[in-house]
Amino acid sequence: MAHYPFSALVGQDDLKLALQLAAVDPAIGGVLVFGDRGTGKSTAVRALAALLPQMQAVVGCPWHCDPGPRQACSPGCPGGSPGRKTEALAVPVVDLPLGATEDRVVGALDLERALTQGERAFSPGLLARAHRGFLYIDEVNLLADHLVDLLLDVAASGENVVEREGLSVRHPARFVLIGSGNPEEGELRPQLLDRFGLSLDVKTPQELPTRIEVVKRRTAFELDPGAFTRQWAKDEAVLRERLSAARGRLREVAVPDAAVARAAELCQALGTDGLRGELTLVRAARACAGLDEASEVSDAQLRRVAPLALRHRLRRNVLDDVGSSARIDKAVSQVFG
Amino acid sequence: MQPERGEAVPAPPAPDWADLVRAFELFLVAPHALGGVLLRSAAGPQRDAVLAWLEPARLHRLPLHVTADRLLGGLSLAETLKAGRPVHERGVLAAADGGVVLVPMAERLEPLVTAQLCAALDHGELHVARDGLVAREPCRIGVVALDEGVDDERVPASLSDRLALQVDLTRTDPRALPDVAPHRQRVDSARAAFFRVQVPDAVVDALCGAAFALGVDSLRAVAKAAVVARVHAALCGRDLATPEDAAQAARWVLAPRATRLPSEPQPPAEPPPPQDSESGGDEEEPPDGQAPLGDVVLAAALSAMPRGLLDALKAGGAPPRSNARRQGRAGAARTGQLSGRPSGVRAGRPGDEGRVDILATLRAAAPWQTLRGRKSGGRIEVRPGDFQVRRVVQRTETCVVFVVDASGSAALQRLAEAKGAVERTLADCHARRDHVALVAFRGDSAALLLPPTRSLTRARRCLEGLAGGGATPLAAGISLGLQVALEARARGRTPAMVVMSDGRGNVALDGAAGSAMAMRDAQLTATAVRTAAVAALWLDTSPRPRESGEQLAAQLGATYLHLPYADAPSVAQQVRLTSHPSNPPSRE
Repeated sequence: MAHYPFSALVGQDDLKLALQLAAVDPAIGGVLVFGDRGTGKSTAVRALAALLPQMQAVVGCPWHCDPGPRQACSPGCPGGSPGRKTEALAVPVVDLPLGATEDRVVGALDLERALTQGERAFSPGLLARAHRGFLYIDEVNLLADHLVDLLLDVAASGENVVEREGLSVRHPARFVLIGSGNPEEGELRPQLLDRFGLSLDVKTPQELPTRIEVVKRRTAFELDPGAFTRQWAKDEAVLRERLSAARGRLREVAVPDAAVARAAELCQALGTDGLRGELTLVRAARACAGLDEASEVSDAQLRRVAPLALRHRLRRNVLDDVGSSARIDKAVSQVFG
Repeated sequence: MQPERGEAVPAPPAPDWADLVRAFELFLVAPHALGGVLLRSAAGPQRDAVLAWLEPARLHRLPLHVTADRLLGGLSLAETLKAGRPVHERGVLAAADGGVVLVPMAERLEPLVTAQLCAALDHGELHVARDGLVAREPCRIGVVALDEGVDDERVPASLSDRLALQVDLTRTDPRALPDVAPHRQRVDSARAAFFRVQVPDAVVDALCGAAFALGVDSLRAVAKAAVVARVHAALCGRDLATPEDAAQAARWVLAPRATRLPSEPQPPAEPPPPQDSESGGDEEEPPDGQAPLGDVVLAAALSAMPRGLLDALKAGGAPPRSNARRQGRAGAARTGQLSGRPSGVRAGRPGDEGRVDILATLRAAAPWQTLRGRKSGGRIEVRPGDFQVRRVVQRTETCVVFVVDASGSAALQRLAEAKGAVERTLADCHARRDHVALVAFRGDSAALLLPPTRSLTRARRCLEGLAGGGATPLAAGISLGLQVALEARARGRTPAMVVMSDGRGNVALDGAAGSAMAMRDAQLTATAVRTAAVAALWLDTSPRPRESGEQLAAQLGATYLHLPYADAPSVAQQVRLTSHPSNPPSRE
């Protein structure tokens, strides 16, 4: 199935930036996208999948682990043996379908082998498949609370621990969690909001020319997906190159003390709870500098990513409609002068 | 409570059958590309006759209250036991691939089922991860959602957004039966031709412009309109969509979704413009040079709007609010008390400890089969120790109904304070995942401003729009609050009621002014609340505590609190105590 090209998305700069930041530095901790119907939330996430450069993985490892460390990631992984082979795999983008049962999410007893051979074996779940990639949940606010808890816990710890049906399995599960939803249909618990790295609100564009362009491209894509994708192949290649360069450069991007101080100052001015805000802000700014081909984090990047990293961490005055973004803008202009 | 559909109507005209047939022909050509039809109509022979236009062989009726395992498929227990290996059973949605799913009573669709239908419509495939199976199955369906249109309930907005065509039979004579049917051959040949039809940029521009002018925010709707224009062109034997096709698309897709009238008055919409004639679409439109295409498209949409909608829009944009109400039940009833939050399965004896989880039991038994000497193809041996029972946490959901006095006697400043208290409590309710509803009364009636919801966004928006002033129909407020509370109880929630008023009612239940009658009615309704055993809290908003307030509170069986001495935290705590009597307040 052809995917809509990422570079062909009209407008939605925040959405595109947030997804790219999460792809450049998975440690940022995922993206939560809220917004109106028909704004292309899920199109954007799926489009990102096609963009990501391939990754190297150990052949035969059930968790397709990174050959870099030269050791087994868990029992059953041939990563530590001298004769291990590697292969190039597409970065997994796993959809968590609605109505998924817990056994399929975390993994469970392999029913087929249990019934036919009487063996007790582990059948990995979606979390295992998403390792080193993305886990996408559409309508995250419709997901049962206990599943959301579970996902956030695994996403934070990077490890999936299964203790069920007499199985005891522990395997790495590091993935970028991307959730989308519509706040009109029920909100996420405030406790869960904070666990996402970045968050944003997408709105339907209100300018007529933009709207026309969106519909035109959509219609062109529906009419002939192949031709449309070819038309954008060049832009996609450029963007892919940029992402992969930013990833490679990430470790070399310096974070000067001044930038850390700025971030702390900003968080203090906004009264965000805990250190997670500052940490995410600095990480996101670093990833942004990587994308900008800058050698160190500067005010420009902090300014750019502050709304994404902080807007869901403000202590909420629940009915304050001034909106978090406005408060952040104000604080940013105070701190950065 | 809303007097929206109450006016006396002369005998309604018969539906324009030729027009309706055209809509269904459009749908039948490309069910999946169009998404579907929202058919608002009372059940009856007329609706049946219309549904008979859909090819019965390709029609799959979605069972009411379909469960996730039937919808998506899952492990077939009987087959699995017989075969000795897991056998999966296709769900209703996957089985409908290539056909049409009929959704009866779509206004009561559960959010999860809605979301599944939307996913199938968006991707043309179904992604299943259940019972040991992860699979993608093709699922190119069209949806016909039936909305009985009897009360305020509406089809979930996320679904109706994806259904290109909206057909309303509630404003026409329900006894008239169609004497026409879709033209099969025309539909079939259009189906083959549809994929080749191109849309010129000018048509897309015109549709976008018309959507913008009518306040149709969703871009998906505009994209669907472009598809309808293509299908219409295919039906007329064209391979390029023309202004005529765009006009038809605008009237079927954009008109029913309008939320405002174009700022510049358009050519009068009363006499239907020529392209609206029943003779079908082959009429020639003025060539591009004469009337700007955008105007033609917009005029077509305007002409197709039902009078009621048009009037409401003229009167000053009432529908945006109804847009919010349309989502009335979204998010609600998601986790009824019956299911509770699953807290896993554990070994146990079925019956006394809970329902048996067959799948888990089989899983528990499976690894031992070889040891227990099961021959291949033989029966699975389940021993009592294998039994697994389901555990659920029975967390009762609470629904707090706020009944707020917005009358003049409650004075603006008091109203602001009441709002403050509601806000504070809302925050608290939100953290506890309670549902909240808001009833306000002023003038001569009470209105349900916010049906029970957990969405903070909607609560916030609704509270913002609350205006004050007018007389005090206290009895009407309490009575509507009680009604909402009882409905919540019928849905398995525990209702609690918070009344904020100065207790000085001066409008009786029948709308007549006069203190004495009004207070008697208020006392009667208050007694009804107590009889129904709905927990209640009375927040007196008058400047000084008054006897009438305290008396009414006693009649309600309510805890009485005088607001001026009650700061927001203590109000929130009191509400918590009222709605969750068993849980002591956590802190504060």
